[in-house]
Amino acid sequence: MENTANRAKFIIGGLLIVAAIVYLIVSSTQASAQYFLTISEMLTRGDEVVGRDLRISGAVVGDTIQYDQQTLTLTFEAADIPGDNAEIEMQGGLAKALHDAVVDPNRPRVQVVYNGVKPDLLRDEAQAIMTGKLGADGVFYAEELLLKCPTKYEDAVPDQVQE
Amino acid sequence: MIVDLGYGAVLITGLLALYGIVAALYGLWSNRPEWVESARNAMLLTFPLLTLAALALIYLLVTSAFEVAFVAEVTSKAMPTYLKATALWGGQAGSLLFWAWLMSAFTSAVTLRKWDRDREFLPWVILVGLVTLGFFLMLILVFENPFMRLWALPDGSVEKHLLAPAGASLFTPHDGNGLNPLLRHPGMVIHPPMLYLGFVAFVIPYAFAIAALVTGRTDDRWIRITRRWTLWAWLFLSLGLVLGGRWAYDVLGWGGYWGWDPVEISAFMPWLSGTAFLHSVMIEEKRGMLKHWNMILIITTYALVIFGTFLTRSGVLSSVHAFAQSAIGPAFFVYIGVTFLISMGLLFYRWNDLKAKNQMTSLLSREALFLLNNLLFMGILIICFWGVIFPLVSELATGQKVTVGPPFYERATAPLFAALLFLMGVAPLSAWRHSTAKTLGRAMWKPFAVSLLVPLAAFLGGVRLFAGLLTFWLVAFVASVTLYEFWRGAQARSRRAGEPFPVALWNLAKRNRRRYGGYIIHLGVVMMAVGIIGIEAFQAETQKTIPQGGEITLRDYTMRYESLAFFDTPDNRNVARAVVSVYKNGKYVGELHPRRDFFYDSQQPMTIPGVRSTIEDDFYVLLVDWMPISSEGATFKVFHNPLVNWLWWGAWVFIIGTLVAAWPDKDPAEMAVAAAPVPSRKSVRARAYGD
Repeated sequence: MENTANRAKFIIGGLLIVAAIVYLIVSSTQASAQYFLTISEMLTRGDEVVGRDLRISGAVVGDTIQYDQQTLTLTFEAADIPGDNAEIEMQGGLAKALHDAVVDPNRPRVQVVYNGVKPDLLRDEAQAIMTGKLGADGVFYAEELLLKCPTKYEDAVPDQVQE
Repeated sequence: MIVDLGYGAVLITGLLALYGIVAALYGLWSNRPEWVESARNAMLLTFPLLTLAALALIYLLVTSAFEVAFVAEVTSKAMPTYLKATALWGGQAGSLLFWAWLMSAFTSAVTLRKWDRDREFLPWVILVGLVTLGFFLMLILVFENPFMRLWALPDGSVEKHLLAPAGASLFTPHDGNGLNPLLRHPGMVIHPPMLYLGFVAFVIPYAFAIAALVTGRTDDRWIRITRRWTLWAWLFLSLGLVLGGRWAYDVLGWGGYWGWDPVEISAFMPWLSGTAFLHSVMIEEKRGMLKHWNMILIITTYALVIFGTFLTRSGVLSSVHAFAQSAIGPAFFVYIGVTFLISMGLLFYRWNDLKAKNQMTSLLSREALFLLNNLLFMGILIICFWGVIFPLVSELATGQKVTVGPPFYERATAPLFAALLFLMGVAPLSAWRHSTAKTLGRAMWKPFAVSLLVPLAAFLGGVRLFAGLLTFWLVAFVASVTLYEFWRGAQARSRRAGEPFPVALWNLAKRNRRRYGGYIIHLGVVMMAVGIIGIEAFQAETQKTIPQGGEITLRDYTMRYESLAFFDTPDNRNVARAVVSVYKNGKYVGELHPRRDFFYDSQQPMTIPGVRSTIEDDFYVLLVDWMPISSEGATFKVFHNPLVNWLWWGAWVFIIGTLVAAWPDKDPAEMAVAAAPVPSRKSVRARAYGD
């Protein structure tokens, strides 16, 4: 008798904790979910995604990088690259996909504005992973900017050594 | 030549592992111990062979043998020798070899122990060790071979192969790519080995757990044997995580130490389940309970260790750590899936043998609070896991890839971390078997009263942030309970044995190292928590472009930009180094040199902060940019990070505590005496001392 009551106590306690954890997961997911879109997807959906938290990835177009030191405002254009790793592999790897995206004038591009320190890795044909919002003016206002330069490390062949 | 030697050594080790697996199985099946002995010898041989392979690769790295593709990928001529040698773990292929090498060191060491009382475990421990090792050797041999060379084909292209393709000649680049500049930091040199040591050492308790399940010897023997291994594994893993944070703080230049990056999380997850395991094994040793749970925890930890190795090295998730895509993903998933299913199958097969000897009776008893601690750790683990896999899940479910960032983790885990801190204060005061709110309250009120002084002082000092005050109270509570425990134990001993207080304190800790080592670890965690609260809740930052002689003020600090110099260094860097004077409340306190290094070989800049670090706060200055033509104006980003140094000092205390708990005993017999319960002065609390 005492045993069952005791057991019930533990089961109720355990369920409460599980419920609390589930609540934390669900509410936090809803509060901080960011939609991962490619640039072309974002532009196609237009108004529908304006003002929402988005995470987009694109190739940095080197010629368009501008940095205003006084206001610490960074602007550049990012060109559309596939969002899917397998698709990138099919195009011949990330380095090639980034290169193709930048040289192709017909690729969808978006103007990016970022306020803050100019990241060390920002350069032509780097992959930019940006978190922020698409403005009604069609400009992407990035709050976070993450950069990757895949060509340098662990590429199949170190290309700068061939002469 | 050296290439053949290295590759040959790996190949032979692979075959040896295969032989060992077969020999151990045959020995078990035919009941012939000499075959098991042979498998053990095979296990022991893997270590010298892999040492040879690792040394061969290090030799190639140090001598810049760029015809080897891996060497050309991760080193360059200009790198100092110690960085060339440690580039062994600068890329995927080398990391795998390094992992296998450490793994063979640990498994060989464990087979050297005295097995007299535990003969039946031996073949299974060897099997688990060899299967794990064999898997990594297979990856090296089939997918990621660090000994592949570059060959120029007749059509002019260059390819990676182990042996010369038809008509090809060896291709030796003039220089290599060089290690990612971000990784050229002492913290980065030892951060991966620490993580790997932690990962690898967790295989040992797992191997014993499997041995216990297979042989049906389901008492707590396997836990007692592996207790120290687990502690060492945990220490290395903790160190790896802290070093990674320190590296981020010093090098990444965003004034933080932890970014909830999927790769960080993947190293954090086995730490979470490992920490839960460390706590809950005490319940099994003391009370013969939670046996299933401990099995689940160690099996999970093993799966997470392999998963972590995979994530840190495969680039499957977008992350600053992800260097490359690779072919090893499917192999990892198959391996994790198969080992996890087999382990769980074994657990269900033995389910009835693992029935608990005792029952939980009281919600506030020590064992119930330990169980709660476990649930909280696993809750954090599940949140982390959910966050990491959420993009994949959402894509499968809705076709839409949705990610969650740091705010998700912060929001979801913060209450659980706070609850864990609170438990850390309460649990040491609760009794085994039975505790009530009344007995707990009586034990707790003094340290509780003392702890209230801290948030009060913070409030009077101007802190108005509720979460800040609450967490300050929590850390104060844990600290005062822990110190109170030391004081009470030492006093009781001093009175009983007539020893002076410091001697009593020393002897108390010595006789009961696991318990008091654990308390020291708790104090370290409290200090780390202080640092984390400081930077998370009270960090301030500003950025500004100022002319030479200009000033930036942030809180009590003012920095003045004095000068900027440019120069080249012998290791192929161009350095822009600013000189900045720092004033605190108008008083000159020193000079800082934030700088920006530009690496010619990789064409990559790197920002290195100038930091004035005190126990009270850090003043952290980044040189962001400067006017291209003259050096008149420059942009600085400045952080004020209160209390962050406590994080690093806490880590030292944490290490000391773990060493106290894990240091080998001289005489096992003496240990047995020490572990026997000593009657406590107040028998109401009925607490045994051996935990």
